[in-house]
Amino acid sequence: MAIMSFPHRHLLGIEALRQEEITTLLDLADSYAALNRQPDKHADALAGLTQINMFFENSTRTQASFEIAGKRLGADVMNMAMQASSVKKGETLIDTALTLNAMHPDLLVVRHPHSGAVNLLAEKVNCAVLNAGDGRHEHPTQALLDALTIRRAKGRLHRLSIAICGDIAHSRVARSNIMLLGKMENRLRLIGPPTLLPSGIAEFGVEVFEDMAEGLRDVDVVMMLRLQKERMDGGFIPSEREYYHRYGLDAAKLSHAKPDAIVMHPGPMNRGVEIDGTLADDINRSVIQDQVEMGVAVRMAAMDLLARNLKLTRGTAA
Amino acid sequence: MTKLTFLNARLVDPDRDEVVTGGLVVEDGRITRHLPRDAPRLTSGRVIDCGLKYLAPGIVDLGVKVCEPGDRHKESYRSAGLAAAAGGVTTMITRPDTDPAIDSPEALEFVARRAAEAAPVNVLPMAALTKGRAGREMTEIGFLMDAGAVAFTDCDRVVTDTKVLARALSYARGLGALVVGHPQDPGLSRGAAVTSGKFASLRGLPGVSPMAERMGLDRDIALIEMTNARYHADQITCARALPALARAKANGLDITAGTSIHHLTLNALDVADYRTFFKLKPPLRDEQDRLAVAEAVASGLIDVISSMHTPQDEESKRLPFEEAASGAVALEAFLPAAMRLYHAGLVDLPTLWRAMARNPADRLGLAAGRLSLGAPADLVLFDPDAPFLMDRATLRSKSRNTPFDGARMQGRVLATYVAGAQVFEAD
Repeated sequence: MAIMSFPHRHLLGIEALRQEEITTLLDLADSYAALNRQPDKHADALAGLTQINMFFENSTRTQASFEIAGKRLGADVMNMAMQASSVKKGETLIDTALTLNAMHPDLLVVRHPHSGAVNLLAEKVNCAVLNAGDGRHEHPTQALLDALTIRRAKGRLHRLSIAICGDIAHSRVARSNIMLLGKMENRLRLIGPPTLLPSGIAEFGVEVFEDMAEGLRDVDVVMMLRLQKERMDGGFIPSEREYYHRYGLDAAKLSHAKPDAIVMHPGPMNRGVEIDGTLADDINRSVIQDQVEMGVAVRMAAMDLLARNLKLTRGTAA
Repeated sequence: MTKLTFLNARLVDPDRDEVVTGGLVVEDGRITRHLPRDAPRLTSGRVIDCGLKYLAPGIVDLGVKVCEPGDRHKESYRSAGLAAAAGGVTTMITRPDTDPAIDSPEALEFVARRAAEAAPVNVLPMAALTKGRAGREMTEIGFLMDAGAVAFTDCDRVVTDTKVLARALSYARGLGALVVGHPQDPGLSRGAAVTSGKFASLRGLPGVSPMAERMGLDRDIALIEMTNARYHADQITCARALPALARAKANGLDITAGTSIHHLTLNALDVADYRTFFKLKPPLRDEQDRLAVAEAVASGLIDVISSMHTPQDEESKRLPFEEAASGAVALEAFLPAAMRLYHAGLVDLPTLWRAMARNPADRLGLAAGRLSLGAPADLVLFDPDAPFLMDRATLRSKSRNTPFDGARMQGRVLATYVAGAQVFEAD
């Protein structure tokens, strides 16, 4: 049994969500965003529940965001740095999951370097699992926080022209955003060098550009992606400086977008590689800090909804 | 003299174009007479009334992995042999990609001895083409042939040094040895877990273009043209490789090609939510590739269907998709899966048995794989229509990594005979 407006046990990806479920979650996140600006930020939606953050891949920002979200809702939050633990001793992902499961957590927040690893783990545990990023597959809370940021900045989340730029092939953020923004009926443009565009892109229902000026023409939203350091030298692009010249977002390239277009970046930024530092700090154009703020609100909403379903399921079982 | 008579059978004879009703007489392990439909019941010896079920040559499976030596817990000659018997496979052509590789006459003798002791079906081993399958020095091809190696292959490890491969192919040709290649460009396919395309991108899995297979085949064809070697491509799985294969055959090169039963019956989307039992090498292809390959089997362009039986234990498969091992077991699912092609109208029964029995036997110079007089009485009696639900827990293989687990299948083996002796009977 689950609440009708969000009938999910886990949040593994945007793929499984419907348009109205995304709206439900964003509406709730809006109210948490308001709460987060109050002096007293506490709510009790997760009171008595245990939240474990399992990060098999380094992350400061996402982990902190999930931790603050859980604590503001009254959960007991524990962080496990998985590289340092039994994973090094050769324990398999499934054994780790079963061990943790025996400790009766209620919410498991998982990041893993391999696509599908969070799905695999979710099959083996009794609690709600939130995907905090798996390989190149999905990063649903990032897409949801981006959506909330856009909705608040633009007043709507449909019929916008949105460009996603950079390393789309290796980006889980891009995949989740393509799915979410597509479900909400926006026009999507993907911009990047062919080596950083995923295979089969022609079947995604998006427009593809290799030239920034052309791709950014009259868009409402510019989403930049982080270029991983290990992809910079020769393998996928010739050099950092050529990439910045052709695909780095600066005022000149942004001038092709609508005058009120907003600039987004999931962080952490490589200033001078994919985005000009001054532009990133321009409070009239950049909503990068709002994204971080909305991240906490969206994660509070996601965990709140999953916890409600968890309580309903357990109530039925008992 | 032992005598066995099969009556009232639908005979699937790879040398004919249609299934005919009749019988067979088997004496001392060989087929000695064909009987017409209304033959009188003979009194001497054992008589089996087949009740109009289908009698065909036992499957000759080119490319079975048995995990001895090295990983006997995954599959032994005993377990593989029982699985083969239950699947109607009467001859297993085994792969040398064990640990260590079968690359010396001594290792080959060990394998042959284990097979003879433990397996109820015929086992003919292939040996490695290069020492340790490392792609640097050729193995003792002559000694290995003397010890019983029927073909030479480094399996899925492609020999990247073309000078090494050219010399091995030349040397093998001098001895009349068959070389089995794995057409795949190793650079382009590095790190790939699935076939590239929309599905791979949605799942965030590293993919390889089917072009890597065509590149590998093109390279091998050039070397065959240069060396006149006898060559068999283990698995052709995509449409793009087919024109090259057709041209090579038309040009008179000594080349044959196989494909796997999985690539003929499943496609890339079957991976769904990271189901690792569907992780194969090469990876499953798009539906249009599957259909093109099935058509190539029907036309005879692709000569051989293999199970590419590859046992993996639970631990190797219960991992995130990229980390999980490749391969699937198929000795027992082979015939029922092949019936999917028959029921779908893609390939008829005599053509299937050419690809699953006669052609591989011909390529290896075996008398098996046919119903002609004098052929060994390696036979499978089956019902192509019997439905069942595949339950991997019932498999005889020590490893149970079949992608058909839980699938509805149609077609069951009723009994299997090797040299006239029954090695399997269904409950």
